[in-house]
Amino acid sequence: MKRNPLAIAAIYLLAAIVAIYSVYPFVYAVSTSFKTGTALFDPRLWPSAPSVDNYVSLFTVAEQPFGRHILNSIMVSVIVVALSIFLGVTAAYALGRIRFRGRGLLLGAILAVSMFPAVAVLSGMYELIRFLGLYNHAIGLVLPYMIFTLPFTVWVLTTFMEQLPKELEEAAIMDGCGPARIIWDVFMPLLWPALVSTGLLAFIGAWNEFLFALTFVVENSERTVPVSISLISGASKYDIPWGKIMAASVVVTLPLILLVLVFQRKIVSGLTAGAVKG
Amino acid sequence: MNSKTRTAWLFLAPMLVTLLLVAAWPLARTIWFSFTDANINDPSVAKYVGIENYYGEYGLFGNANDTGGFWASDWGIAVANTLKFAIVSVTLETICGLGVAMLLNQEFRGRSLVRAAVLVPWAIPTIVSAKMWGWMLHDQFGVVNYMLKGAGIIDHSIAWTAEPQYALWTVVAVDVWKTTPFMALLILAALQVLPRDCYEAARVDGVHPLRVFWKVTLPLIGPALVVAVIFRLLDALRVFDLIYVLTSNNNSTISMSGYVRREMIDNGYIGSGSAASTVLFLIIGLATVIFLRLSRMWLAEKTA
Repeated sequence: MKRNPLAIAAIYLLAAIVAIYSVYPFVYAVSTSFKTGTALFDPRLWPSAPSVDNYVSLFTVAEQPFGRHILNSIMVSVIVVALSIFLGVTAAYALGRIRFRGRGLLLGAILAVSMFPAVAVLSGMYELIRFLGLYNHAIGLVLPYMIFTLPFTVWVLTTFMEQLPKELEEAAIMDGCGPARIIWDVFMPLLWPALVSTGLLAFIGAWNEFLFALTFVVENSERTVPVSISLISGASKYDIPWGKIMAASVVVTLPLILLVLVFQRKIVSGLTAGAVKG
Repeated sequence: MNSKTRTAWLFLAPMLVTLLLVAAWPLARTIWFSFTDANINDPSVAKYVGIENYYGEYGLFGNANDTGGFWASDWGIAVANTLKFAIVSVTLETICGLGVAMLLNQEFRGRSLVRAAVLVPWAIPTIVSAKMWGWMLHDQFGVVNYMLKGAGIIDHSIAWTAEPQYALWTVVAVDVWKTTPFMALLILAALQVLPRDCYEAARVDGVHPLRVFWKVTLPLIGPALVVAVIFRLLDALRVFDLIYVLTSNNNSTISMSGYVRREMIDNGYIGSGSAASTVLFLIIGLATVIFLRLSRMWLAEKTA
């Protein structure tokens, strides 16, 4: 099939516009992060006197312990991922491999939870977190984060579980395996593509969350990264340290971009599996 | 109950208990709070006040203190902002998403590179993208003003995030930048499983490409499109962080979620904040039902 050269040129032009428009703001943020002082006010992309001062000050200013905030975020996100996967796999086994009454209703109810606006549970969650003594502790954020990670983890894993061949399970039962061993030894190795995509999506969700983190953690040393970035401030209200804010942004975003690019296909398949079935 | 069913419930129990604890219980408490005068200092002494938080002198609706009418009250403004934001941004994202998906569905060199580039805005945390754009849209030193002035489109710098007539649309533009990739990828996945013979037949018969798009492509990707739009719509209706960081939650852009948080946490009125959040919850539920109904009718008509 031969296409006319004008159409081909149009495709390349559009592709270039889309690519540049998508990437440019981040490239500009990287550029800003290497600028200090009055160089900040020079909008050219290539910094005239590149410096890493912004990155150094991120980790050396004691009032805003950014390194600590990164560790908090990693801890919360890893726990959220581990819990979501554990609860998701066990539940998906029941929902995907066993026919029982109320199954459809249950799947519908779980989907309904993912539609919750976060603020709809804000005051109830505030009370619960206070009651459990988790107010002002980063770890307490694990509770509200399960609201948005668990439903789609269960959905995606259930879809995958349903597609696994029946023979495998039957053979395992013949060998005398119970359900727990079937899940762990037989299904887990087959599920890993789904685990990677749901795990990554849960990680990104927890890593980026802002509303709960802003509301339930006020203690400076317990903050997570998004709140930390939103609060980076300078000597006065009018002196916003844009270079430093961009440096922090690059530090927390670069790993995410790399992860997403490496696992592109897995993530897209996770998104579509969740969406198409939903 | 047979043993299989018992196993099923046993394996479901941990997940169900968790969801009851973190979702159902807080939701129920929030709804209960909305009928009380609870205050943040000590929510446990809350007193039942009926529907006062919803309707009447101190309520969200029918409040006699709102001399300018409902849409001039803080809550009315938040509702209007959220609806405007959600409708405009989801419409633009759907159109742009369709365009980008159609583009990525073409064969050209460097396609995988463009697809990777498109994923970048999606991978960037919302707070980071709000800060990035906040800097690029800075009234004095922002690169956007610099470029627009250089191109002769504007003759003086504009405070995109502060001036009331621009602020909300600036938020919409940043949201479109950030979430179009999500739309595009969902639509692209649907485009890639379309049967090729349909298109061959249409081409042989000399049907105009626009007609093919309208009569073949759109109905076939319809279900995926509907799902993507619902996901985005629910997300847009509960928008909070982008607005909070980009425009500091001022009255020209505050969303319903922002209003709820301000009422509950900054002002300490858990009761009336909870009433607002319950209304938001109902609006989102209602939007989902209406949209599903409409799209079912539309799809039935298209395939008939």
